[in-house]
Amino acid sequence: MLWQALGLGLGYNATLVTLGAAMLGIAAGATGVFLYLARRALVSDAIGHATLPGVVAGYLVMVALGGEGRFLPGLMLGAAVSAGLGLACVSWLAARTRLHEDAAIGAVLSVFFGAGVVLLTVVQVLETGRQAGLETFLLGATAGMLRAEALGIAAGGAAVLALVVLLRRPMVAVAFDSEFAAGQGVNLRAVDLAMMGLALAITVVGLKVVGVVLIVALLIIPPVAARLWSERVSVIVALAGAIGGLSGYLGAAISATAPGLPTGPLIVLASFALFTLSLLFAPARGVLAAGLRYWRFQRRVHLRQGLLALASGYPVHDPLTLRLMRRQGLVRADGVVTPAGRAMAARARLDERRWHMLRSLPEFEAAAARHDGLSPLSEVLTPDQLAALDRRLGPEGAL
Amino acid sequence: MTGAEFVILSLVPLVIGVLAAIACALPGNFLLLRRQALIGDAISHVVLPGIVVAFLLSGRVAAVPMMLGAGGAALVSVALIEAIRRLGRIEPGAAMGVVFTAMFAGGVLLLEQSAASGVHLDVQHALYGNLESLVWLDGHGWGALVDREALRGLPPELARMAVVTLAVALFTGLLWRALVISTFDEGFARTLGLPVRALSLALVAVAAMAAVAAFDAVGSIIVIAMFICPPAAARLMTDRMSGQVAWSLGFATLSAVLGYVLAGYGPLWLGYQSAVSAAGMIATVAGLILALAALFGPRRRGVAAV
Repeated sequence: MLWQALGLGLGYNATLVTLGAAMLGIAAGATGVFLYLARRALVSDAIGHATLPGVVAGYLVMVALGGEGRFLPGLMLGAAVSAGLGLACVSWLAARTRLHEDAAIGAVLSVFFGAGVVLLTVVQVLETGRQAGLETFLLGATAGMLRAEALGIAAGGAAVLALVVLLRRPMVAVAFDSEFAAGQGVNLRAVDLAMMGLALAITVVGLKVVGVVLIVALLIIPPVAARLWSERVSVIVALAGAIGGLSGYLGAAISATAPGLPTGPLIVLASFALFTLSLLFAPARGVLAAGLRYWRFQRRVHLRQGLLALASGYPVHDPLTLRLMRRQGLVRADGVVTPAGRAMAARARLDERRWHMLRSLPEFEAAAARHDGLSPLSEVLTPDQLAALDRRLGPEGAL
Repeated sequence: MTGAEFVILSLVPLVIGVLAAIACALPGNFLLLRRQALIGDAISHVVLPGIVVAFLLSGRVAAVPMMLGAGGAALVSVALIEAIRRLGRIEPGAAMGVVFTAMFAGGVLLLEQSAASGVHLDVQHALYGNLESLVWLDGHGWGALVDREALRGLPPELARMAVVTLAVALFTGLLWRALVISTFDEGFARTLGLPVRALSLALVAVAAMAAVAAFDAVGSIIVIAMFICPPAAARLMTDRMSGQVAWSLGFATLSAVLGYVLAGYGPLWLGYQSAVSAAGMIATVAGLILALAALFGPRRRGVAAV
């Protein structure tokens, strides 16, 4: 069943929904990168929660006008209006009062959500006995989604993605250095508005699938995971899109296999799993890479200190150092130094003397700044420079 | 509505609402000034998996295992946020966003997969509580307040919330000076020899305790709203810390009372039969108070601390 779902073999509608969720994930991941780089990732939490009163109000208005009430574009329009209002409140509170943005986010998030809950109960009061099914917007649901709705979500995601690609340059400039960007003639307000507008758009598009409470995760987790892999914005955007898309695909596919598997939480958990993998295995910032770096560093320090001790004629007692030197054939099993070990110790000692001399000479100031007590000087200087240095060392310079 | 009806249906939810609002608003004052306002939001999301796991392990809806589960989940989340922040060199806001959404998603999934969703716990309950259900069946009138038999029938949430509120108030009162100094000037507090890190951890722990107790009684939406809205509104009224706390307690109480009354009786006045969500209405009223303070508060502009 699971493999069937992952292979898109669960029927036409389930396939459409899965592809729609994947498209949504790609667009959300790519959009989120800019929010994350501008350190405003949590604003999307306020946007997400602020959609709830709009969804319910949209339903109420459509029912009052004699409509069916569950018409998705109408609900999305309501969501966009109230989320825009919430966003305006956040900016206004942060700019015009002494409150900071985090307090503004929390206030808008809780108050709008509370108002939405009140409206939800109003719907229950008015519709005695008939379920409007608006609760599915809290956590998202794809069960029973219409074909047109799935197509609409995919199209909305694609449109947002296209806008992100179009607007990426000014958004990157503002995210990294807004003052410099302003100096370059970028309209900060317009770019900020565009960034928030894209976040709002993706929130509204994803509401039905992921739900108001968790939609923020799609904008935060993939970018954070992608950031671990690269230092280049273009790569991060592409990776965040890929991670978001894969999460949407996996979450929607798994959710289709059985009842009681809500789509929103599954998509979020899939992206969290991908984030965890990134945290462990990313090449530069990953935990495994950091551990490996530490392990190598420890070994280099031990070996170096052991060699310097040998060169000065001191005995080596540290078990790790002894083990390392034995393994490299520098010391025999009974603790006697081998000829190779003696030669290497002499080289280490010469290197130490060269560094010492170098650091006392003003003309080598730039090279001296690279002293870390580990790298051999031959990696820093050219052979000519080394020879010049050795001449100053006099008889000690001859190996 | 007669006095007896009020005592049975409304008195206990009203008191619990006020207590929950006060317990959250008190630490919220300090969190707001420390720019940790969103901690309440994070805590109220991450406790869900803890509560569900506690239910699955103990097999019943009981207060003690759930509080333990919630506390455990809060600890796990703090450790996770710290680990992600340090290991991946990720900014704290984003690390928090990753952890609380993932843990909440895990909690929802556990809930839907287990039998818990059918019994008593469900996601709606976790989000906006069920303040209206905390009725006092033995409260036969105002006289019941001095009737020992009737008092025994009070919902257990009331006593729990009262104890937690008292504990929060004691914590704030006893450590007042240290908390204020370390909030405004951490460097100065350190030169005075105050344990700054321990204070900040204790504050978060107290906030978590208040959040968990309030979450149990009234749902997460009030928790988030009360952590932020009354202190934020109070901050726009005055420059003095003691004044801010006093204003925030007033605002919290007003939101709880007004919100509950509007939710319970507002629809009746308009001619409808049933009430709307009290938790949602309390949050809405708190937001309206904040909006008024932001528009007219005497200290609304001020200088934002850098």
